[in-house]
Amino acid sequence: MERTLTRYIRALRSAGAGVSTTEAMDAARTVEVVGWEDRRVLKTALGTVLAKSVEEKAIHEQLFELYFSREAAAAAASESQRGEGGDPDSGQPGEGEAGGEPQSGDAEGGDEAGDGGDPVEALSALARGENPGKMAMALERAGAAAGVDEIRFATQSGYYSRKMMEQMGVEALEARLMEALGRRDAQGQADAEALMGDRSALQKQTRAFVEARFEIYGRSAQDAFMNEILAERSFGALGRSDTARMRALVERMAKRLAVRHARRRKVRDRGQLDVRRTLRANAGHDGVPFDIIWKIKRKDRPKIVAVCDVSGSVAQYVRFLLLFLHALKEKVTDLETFAFSAHLADVSRPLETLPFETAMRAIVDEVGSGGTDYGAAFLELDRDFGEVIDRRTTVLILGDGRSNYSNPRLDVFKQIADQAKRLVWLCPEPAPNWGSGDSCLLEYRPFCTLLTQCSTVIDLERALDEILMAYD
Amino acid sequence: MTDAVTGATKSMETPEGLASVEAVLSMLAQSGYIATPEIATAVYLAHHLRKPVLIEGPAGVGKTDLARSVALGLDQPLIRMQCYEGLDESKALYEWKYGKQLLYTQILKDKIGHLVEDADTLDEALQKLNGFQDIFFSRDFLEPRPLLKAMEQSTGSVLLIDEIDKSDEEFEALLLEVLSDYQVTVPEIGTIAAQVPPLVMLTSNATRELGDALKRRCLHLHIDFPDAELEARIVRTRVPGVSERLLERLVAFIQAVRGENIRKLPSISETIDWARTLILLHADSLEPAMVRSTLNVILKRQSDIAEVSGKVEALLDSRDKAGR
Repeated sequence: MERTLTRYIRALRSAGAGVSTTEAMDAARTVEVVGWEDRRVLKTALGTVLAKSVEEKAIHEQLFELYFSREAAAAAASESQRGEGGDPDSGQPGEGEAGGEPQSGDAEGGDEAGDGGDPVEALSALARGENPGKMAMALERAGAAAGVDEIRFATQSGYYSRKMMEQMGVEALEARLMEALGRRDAQGQADAEALMGDRSALQKQTRAFVEARFEIYGRSAQDAFMNEILAERSFGALGRSDTARMRALVERMAKRLAVRHARRRKVRDRGQLDVRRTLRANAGHDGVPFDIIWKIKRKDRPKIVAVCDVSGSVAQYVRFLLLFLHALKEKVTDLETFAFSAHLADVSRPLETLPFETAMRAIVDEVGSGGTDYGAAFLELDRDFGEVIDRRTTVLILGDGRSNYSNPRLDVFKQIADQAKRLVWLCPEPAPNWGSGDSCLLEYRPFCTLLTQCSTVIDLERALDEILMAYD
Repeated sequence: MTDAVTGATKSMETPEGLASVEAVLSMLAQSGYIATPEIATAVYLAHHLRKPVLIEGPAGVGKTDLARSVALGLDQPLIRMQCYEGLDESKALYEWKYGKQLLYTQILKDKIGHLVEDADTLDEALQKLNGFQDIFFSRDFLEPRPLLKAMEQSTGSVLLIDEIDKSDEEFEALLLEVLSDYQVTVPEIGTIAAQVPPLVMLTSNATRELGDALKRRCLHLHIDFPDAELEARIVRTRVPGVSERLLERLVAFIQAVRGENIRKLPSISETIDWARTLILLHADSLEPAMVRSTLNVILKRQSDIAEVSGKVEALLDSRDKAGR
């Protein structure tokens, strides 16, 4: 049964729950303590040992049911097998080596037909579901031999099904089917039909088996792969169907980023003695300084003022920036959001109170119309909300800098830059396009601490990482 | 000199209350703690695998209480360490008794002339001194703090490390030795191992993500808000005077409030407080006016109170419908 546990742990790992070797050993000890008998107890016990967060608990809950229902079926199969065949060796469920050699498919067939019939007959009998236990057993073995556990994509299930069927000796059955078809008499047709029925029954069961395995071992790998692709795709090229996945992805990245920056280090000035606190702490020891207290410099908490261009050309990018910033709420507690196109508005309130999508729609409705005017927006920001920008603020601007040939108001921009701790500009356009046509990016550039292209979620993560770094 | 006090760990015999998951359940029930099977399994495994339990969950669901009840049930001392920012080893592990050490050096100063009087050479005097120096860093001058104290209990103990998420990351690293090997290393003295490993429980409100190293060493238990039936059982145990009718309505109301869009959800501790409040006010049913005037017992934010007080009737009603 040890193998059952290690394979379950493997399944957990491929589902995205990090299980270390120590935890695997703990799990083995846990099983020793609680035993296999009570499934409910086993489930909670393993959950306690293997899953170390609420998310991992959820994975465990789901996978345990998937995995152990399968395992139970396999165990039942091995029981019945043992009962009939009286062969203890073949009674090991999911024994990888059992069907390790390539020719074992035939050997299996022969084994199944232990009662004297030929392999094709035996296989047909299996496919017709005359002995479900034996069938489950055969599927387990063929699956192990075909390496079904390596499945990573849903599209591979056809390939693996075929491989498994070959392991089970379907080729002999197909040969006989061809031969029956070739006979061109009534008996031949009937035989062929029967064989065809068996074959498709076999195929159906194999397919179901492979798909179940995919749920256990492959689903999350496929998810991870899709996420990887999505992370590198430009926001502008995202379809409607990607949005949900993207949201989940952004939330996960934000969480990762928050954890990375969660550590707020107190910087101890090594050279600087805090004389007053040292004297006070050691008053009880006659002033002999046992405890030496150094001066501590506290780091600022991050404060971000996001200024977003929500005109048509950039709106899609803004969505994800805001989504990301809001997912970072835990870390960036001090966040003000402004949106502008022709004029500027404070949109922190709607983003906080309304559901995200509704808020976005309301914002675009409110300010999204009219030609973009960066100069006017900066002027309004400075005039009406100048006090929100202070020495610990990072001003984060998202926009393409295309200002419809209006006055860029560099004087106001410079003042904002001077007032803030840092000024970061994220531009969806690639660098060669900066400054072309009505883009004033190159004029704004000297005042920015950082000006970078930001068109994928990876860019976004990198930029925010950089911003938060300034506060670590 | 007391070098390396590594007493061989006594083989643990299992207390009656930890013999099985059911035994844990009934032991906790006797101490007034109504546990779910998950909680009991975690306590059971903690003893048998000799691993600490990390308990997470919202505030007020009985994380700290669990440790207290286990200690009560096992009749072992509960050693509690409250974590906070800036907690360090001198407050958690041990500290030297500086004042006493200071006195010691002064006594030494007075006596020293006397002691080395008969030494002819400097070498001889030094050799004489060598015999005394070690006392300066010895167990006599060691002030045990909670972690060391828990290691030293000969009868076993329950060590509660409360709100570990409030402490600094450096402190987590400090805990690793204690949690995995049940020993404390004092550089000047050696390693002090626990005679009977304490049952360790850590609680966290998840204000920050804990380190992987710490999580890996612990069993993980997540306690969430209980369902209506369990909550009713808990309140019945904690507030014996409450009438069944009131209890049922009160629990249903709290469960309904938890479904509302509010910032700070009421916990079991709030339910218990509220039950006590209502009994003090001689309320035997939930009237909207009474609910409204006592909302501040279960809700701790003004905006939440405003949100719920507008919906009191609806929330009471929804229960009635569900009840029927």
